[in-house]
Amino acid sequence: MSYTKRNDGRKFEETREIKAEVGVIKNAQGSAKFQIGETIAVAGVYGPRNLYPKFLQDPEKGVLRCNYNMFSFSVDDRIRPGPSRRSREISLVTQRSLAPAVNLNEFPNAVVDVFVEIIQADAGTRCAGICAASMALADAGIPMKDLVAAVGVGKVGDKIVVDLDKFEEDYEGGASDMPIAMLPRNNEISLLQLDGELDVKEVKEALEMGKKACENILEIQRKALKDKYKGGK
Amino acid sequence: MISKEYLISILDKKTRVDGRKLEDYRKVEVEYDISKNAEGSSKVRIGDTEVMAGIKLEVGTPYPDSPDEGTIIVGAEFLPISNPEFESGPPSIASVELSRVVDRGIRESKALDFKKLCIVEGEKIWMVLIDIYVMNDDGNLQDAAALAALAALSKAKMPKYDVESGKINYKEKDGKLPLEKMPVECSLAKIGEHILVDPGIEEEGLLDARLTVASVGKEVNALQKGGNGTLSIDDVDKMLKLAVEKNADNLKKVKK
Repeated sequence: MSYTKRNDGRKFEETREIKAEVGVIKNAQGSAKFQIGETIAVAGVYGPRNLYPKFLQDPEKGVLRCNYNMFSFSVDDRIRPGPSRRSREISLVTQRSLAPAVNLNEFPNAVVDVFVEIIQADAGTRCAGICAASMALADAGIPMKDLVAAVGVGKVGDKIVVDLDKFEEDYEGGASDMPIAMLPRNNEISLLQLDGELDVKEVKEALEMGKKACENILEIQRKALKDKYKGGK
Repeated sequence: MISKEYLISILDKKTRVDGRKLEDYRKVEVEYDISKNAEGSSKVRIGDTEVMAGIKLEVGTPYPDSPDEGTIIVGAEFLPISNPEFESGPPSIASVELSRVVDRGIRESKALDFKKLCIVEGEKIWMVLIDIYVMNDDGNLQDAAALAALAALSKAKMPKYDVESGKINYKEKDGKLPLEKMPVECSLAKIGEHILVDPGIEEEGLLDARLTVASVGKEVNALQKGGNGTLSIDDVDKMLKLAVEKNADNLKKVKK
């Protein structure tokens, strides 16, 4: 089935409108809110702080711990509060997305905790969470070699597209969803998952489109971080 | 963390660690529709304390002893993002107590007309699921949670339900929730001989006794005494009068 025009009128390589803000949770060392279309993620960072039980400590390098959580009312059909198999897997891939950007060697035996809360969901929540989390880590002053930008790419009907919304994910003509995260400085991929069906050429095409989108997201993340310190907030 | 002696020496001067008077409530702010897939949602700030609440509606089976009544289920998550002391895991006893006191404020004041939440007697009822998320803890989560729940309820819309197919259509709305009363909660602390309103996080850590009062006008619908210290009858009387006054003030922040 040919998908000639996107549901919300976007170009195929265009993301939804993005809003980013830093310093949204007062108690946290660092925090950020990242909104893409109708998906809203808030991330907060605590640490480096002591890690218990002690056997979890690593004398060589610090531990990055991530927790992804969707609010029960963030989707139409209420989610039972507390961890699920899905949320645990996303916590894991979030940690892997961020770890290559963080200089873990600088805080041996300690832990940096990253909490990602999805307040409102319209697809792309793990990517929005990763974008918020990387900003929150930077806001917390955690030493990093790059920010991490993330976006969903994939195929809706017969078209390769960037940033699928819920309508597109559920498209009756079929959809494939491939969330990616990148360290934009050297175009390093730190998250790559796929649900659906893409051929080898399409994966390459989608990654190239995702790379461009991540560069754009990085600019928005940078601006939000700079704005906090400029504004004297 | 400050010492209790120091805290009491400040209270002796009729002031508080954050400069408030003993009977002052912090600034209260209410925002609506913070999450569009919820039937109703809100964000409440009391000073730097921030909580979010959302309402979801599901269809369930009534309890055998109330076949023509819907019900509410209140839950609270003390997110570890909100306080470095909170840990991930099953709900703590503090979050269970908080959600039960919110539940009693709504239930006992008959804020929601449960009979109007009945779809088919003995078979199908609406369950109103109220979930509260703590985003930033700077003390007095109880009052923030109760106000957030009320604000979310006040704006909530019923989804369309088709009895034949048994399907809920969350995209189509079918009027407001039957919210008949507006219960508000006020928590007070006794520290030494002093009684103070809306304890901040440091005061909470050092208080002798706490009292939460849920009320509608002058009717008191739920009380919860906390802390290991005790209260005199005169203390309770003074606290109730203050609570009723503060609850009337905070009610003005919620749009019906």
